[in-house]
Amino acid sequence: MNNFRQKIKEYFPSLLFLIFSIFFWEWYVKSGYVSDYLIPAPSAIGLSFLEHISILPDHIFTTMLEALVGLFFAVVIGVLIAVLIAGIPFIRRVLYPIIVVSQNIPILALAPLLAVWFGFGLAPKVIIVVLIGFFPIVVNTTDGLMNADKDMVSLVRGLGANRWQVFRLVLFPSAVPAFFSGLRIASAYAVIGAVIAEWMGASSGLGLFLIRSQRSFQTDQIFMAIVVIAMLSISLFLSIQVLSNVAMPWRKTLVDLGEK
Amino acid sequence: MDDIAVEVEGVDYTYSQSQKVHALRNVSFKVNTSEFVSFIGPSGCGKSTLLHLISGLLNPSKGVIHVNGKKSSSGLGRVAFMPQRDTLFPWRTVEKNAVLGAEILGIPRQEALQKASSLFDLFGLSGFEKAWPSELSGGMRQRLALLRTFIIPRDTILLDEPFGSLDALTRHEMQQWLQQIWDQDRRTIILVTHDVDEAILLSDTIYVLSERPGSIVQRVEINLERPRKKKVINSTEFTKIKSEIFQILSSGI
Repeated sequence: MNNFRQKIKEYFPSLLFLIFSIFFWEWYVKSGYVSDYLIPAPSAIGLSFLEHISILPDHIFTTMLEALVGLFFAVVIGVLIAVLIAGIPFIRRVLYPIIVVSQNIPILALAPLLAVWFGFGLAPKVIIVVLIGFFPIVVNTTDGLMNADKDMVSLVRGLGANRWQVFRLVLFPSAVPAFFSGLRIASAYAVIGAVIAEWMGASSGLGLFLIRSQRSFQTDQIFMAIVVIAMLSISLFLSIQVLSNVAMPWRKTLVDLGEK
Repeated sequence: MDDIAVEVEGVDYTYSQSQKVHALRNVSFKVNTSEFVSFIGPSGCGKSTLLHLISGLLNPSKGVIHVNGKKSSSGLGRVAFMPQRDTLFPWRTVEKNAVLGAEILGIPRQEALQKASSLFDLFGLSGFEKAWPSELSGGMRQRLALLRTFIIPRDTILLDEPFGSLDALTRHEMQQWLQQIWDQDRRTIILVTHDVDEAILLSDTIYVLSERPGSIVQRVEINLERPRKKKVINSTEFTKIKSEIFQILSSGI
């Protein structure tokens, strides 16, 4: 509880500044210094949210589904490849440079191509999210697996552990923190990846909503969609934070001790 | 025959990774069952290498090592080995750390946990079974690492500078305590240390190693009466042995 109080104290100035900025913004637009079709007032953004509250859940559901399914496959494929890269030197030599260089391909530029190949359904969006999320997960997890404590490996090997036991008892647990750093990065880009993929054509989703709002010059709707997307991204990020705390209870204790 | 726990014959070891390092030269010795043997020598003399060889983690470049009459290179897992750092697993609670070895050897977890729980008191860890290693003090971490080693059902225990990272006061306490544990347990212990007092206090036999490449320069038998109390350090006999060892160590080998 003390911790919570401290956090409020810590972020209080930022919070105050944010509230002040929003009021200033409202006043500035209302005073007519800027046209409200270019920059809508915060109150107009709020009203737009209330106006669309009945159709928003569908769009949110579509975009989040794309982001979560994409993240899921990014995790499965990413971890699998990380294990292969860390475990088999030959695969490491073949795959690792290719994976690193492949990151220079602008993934979002693949979206039109994927739309041609897979149409306007769920698949091309999920693939974009997978392609974006896969890389940080592979690189971080591989790092975690390969930088496991050598003495711990010696210890279990000295006790007669086989390869699988070394993996299970030392390498996997050592890689968990690194895996979560990778997942955090992936999750930060997952929602925006899905939104941009929707620009190529979709029948539902926040990306579609954005494009439609733009075509009808509904700036208040655009702003509202941006706020919603940001909120979704933040909540996804925080959920992963919670997940990582659950998965690594020993770490939380470590931090608590450090703060005392 | 059965009385020999570990036999090392003419062992040489050269590290050959990026550059060749001749770590050990023509090392031979025998350790009897239930004997407490220490190796002492300047840092970098190959003491740890010797333990890695006995444990089977490394294979000698030349010579043979027999553990319980069998060649050590024929397999890992025939001794209980405690490496230099405590290497506790931060993601395992104290009790799960304790049963790590048992888990690898395929002993059922319940049985292992039961055995561990009977030892927590002796190792001064009772009440901390569910704690994380990060919550323990340095001495407790070291005792847990020892508990993890002692619980492994092997006849020979290798300890690589087990108290090297502790402050002097805790170290003295731990030495007394290890002596007491060994007194009940009576398994063969091979200890590597750079602390002369520690070696004399605990051992039946001390081998003094030369600088790299390490070879045995002297075998010293310690016949001080057991159990050895802390004040034995001030006795004339102890001082005599100590000055003898220091003389060997400083005679430019």
